[in-house]
Amino acid sequence: MSLLEAHDLNVWFDLPQGGTLHAVQGVSFGVDAGERLGLVGESGCGKTTALLALMGLLPPNAQVSGGVTVNGEDILGGGEDAMRSHRWTDVAMVFQGAMNALNPVKTVGSQIAEPMAFHDMIRGDAADRRAGELLELVGLPASAAKRFPHEFSGGMRQRAAIAMALASGPKVLLADEPTTALDVMVQAQILDLLGSLTRDLGLAMILVTHDLPLVTQVCERAVVMYAGRIAEFGSVDALFHDPRHPYTRLLFEATPDLSGLEEVVSIPGAPPRLDRPIVGCPFAPRCDRVFEPCAKHLPALVSVAERHRAACHLNDDTYARSPRPTETSG
Amino acid sequence: MSSAAVARTGTDGGTPLLSVRDLFVHYPVRRDLTSALRREPHQQISAVDGVSFSLRRGEMLALIGESGCGKTSTAQAILRMIDATSGTIEVDGRDITRLTSQQLRPIRRTMQMVYQDPYESLDPRFRVRRAIEEPLMIHGLTGSSEQRERTIVDALERVELSPADLYIDRYPHELSGGQRQRVAIAASLVLEPRLLLADEPVSMLDVSVRAGILSLLDRIRRESDMGIVMITHDVSTAAHFADRIAVMYLGRIVEEGPARRVVNDPQHPYTRALMSVVPKRDPRDRTEPQILQGETPNPIDVPPGCRFHPRCPVAEDRCRVTDPQLHARSDAEDDLHRAACVLV
Repeated sequence: MSLLEAHDLNVWFDLPQGGTLHAVQGVSFGVDAGERLGLVGESGCGKTTALLALMGLLPPNAQVSGGVTVNGEDILGGGEDAMRSHRWTDVAMVFQGAMNALNPVKTVGSQIAEPMAFHDMIRGDAADRRAGELLELVGLPASAAKRFPHEFSGGMRQRAAIAMALASGPKVLLADEPTTALDVMVQAQILDLLGSLTRDLGLAMILVTHDLPLVTQVCERAVVMYAGRIAEFGSVDALFHDPRHPYTRLLFEATPDLSGLEEVVSIPGAPPRLDRPIVGCPFAPRCDRVFEPCAKHLPALVSVAERHRAACHLNDDTYARSPRPTETSG
Repeated sequence: MSSAAVARTGTDGGTPLLSVRDLFVHYPVRRDLTSALRREPHQQISAVDGVSFSLRRGEMLALIGESGCGKTSTAQAILRMIDATSGTIEVDGRDITRLTSQQLRPIRRTMQMVYQDPYESLDPRFRVRRAIEEPLMIHGLTGSSEQRERTIVDALERVELSPADLYIDRYPHELSGGQRQRVAIAASLVLEPRLLLADEPVSMLDVSVRAGILSLLDRIRRESDMGIVMITHDVSTAAHFADRIAVMYLGRIVEEGPARRVVNDPQHPYTRALMSVVPKRDPRDRTEPQILQGETPNPIDVPPGCRFHPRCPVAEDRCRVTDPQLHARSDAEDDLHRAACVLV
């Protein structure tokens, strides 16, 4: 059993013009203490929605089904009251753009201390001291508590946003694009910090990003999402060296790399709309290995190796007699 | 030294398409009343602080660096959107640095810009036809309506939005991000520019469509011998698509050379650190990142001597006083790859 587990998570949004959008479709994964798990995919693939579901922070027009457990205890089934006792104390999140969402008229320290009064029942000097400790934990001086967000650089504000998420001592940290909009050197500093937090505090981290190299360098395992579903799930080494879903391989091929000169490809087309039913494999219209069953049957996420799962008919022996696509080199 | 460098890169193709010499762009910092009354000195932001480079026809140069390093100010100065404090900008051998806006008009056509965000650079009220027609009208290149239609269709097909009929009557909101950026590129191509400045042309787009846009720019410059200056913070993209890379730090080019040589054999300590922190695709390719502490200093207080010395892992005493110029290594076979470091 993992520290945090999501079982068959589904999220639907009611659309204002009628109809529903099935944003997350039967997603299951787990993350262990001290582990860094990546969640990657293009915009609209459901990665942020899945994180918000783990936090119980979806908007009112969303419906959720499935289970989320922390240490085996269900945190999703009990509704908002039950969720409130786990949010921030068990599972905390650094939102995308959090560093730009700090209150400009309050000191950084008071913004870190504010939720403590709410959750931990500590106030006043004790809360201020704790805010100082948290700032030191994320590599800022304790004296930074008395400063305002505009006095901070982007990297410092992102550290403050991480300190806020850590205020109630969570076991799992969800980080949504924590380094987007930061320069590459500052990105390296923040990743270094997140890495040491998982090592030193035994924190589990889920890193959501569209940036594949970030995940291969930071995480042990990763979930590749496409159209609300898991396309492939495995160690980052397996995903790069032995991808079992064409989408994973194409995503790597679309990403330029410093150490290689291979041609960078683009993936034709765009992800499907999720407000209408999809027949067959959702990636089939863009896939370079499409064959007969892809248009008809939705591929299930099946084990292809130890701790490595993929949702692609190419891995399925039942279709061994179907005409296969010709092997493409490279 | 800079004029010698310009002359050298120009030799294989006559006059370079673009040559920038000793460019400075300083912005005054507004003093508040208190500091004015106290007669505190006027401060200035040294956004671009002595930049020289040149670009040949058909060549793609990537200006890379972190935010605030002066890469966008350099591009804006080249396009005369902001005024250079000093220095010269020559396009096709003609000094445009001090031309009046009247004199600039015919030249502006030849220099176009592609912006980062195709969601903002296209007017949401204009159909694709109008977005591409607009620059023609502004420059008085209207012609007959058939000619104009022909030009628009050609432009769409050049950016691989074909058949053009499928796109010409659409509004931007009906297009994907990649298609919008193609329309924005088409709108700059109708004027047949000789120089294109592309400011982070793919950073707002999904990974799956980035390569398509970059290959398009690559093809266009080869086909029409157009020079492209691409501004980017993405070192991997620069390494893949540019012929040459110029690395900027705090208003200066600190290293410049053929893309592969800068990436595989970086000379300046800043470039070395920068290359080491770029995430690689292969998880087995985990080199120890050389993380520099702190952030780029404020361009109001440029450090004396080498501007990188306060963050430099190998700085020596002389770095505090000597402001190094770009130069090739003494044992190098040519001087195409240069860095501004006394230790090189």
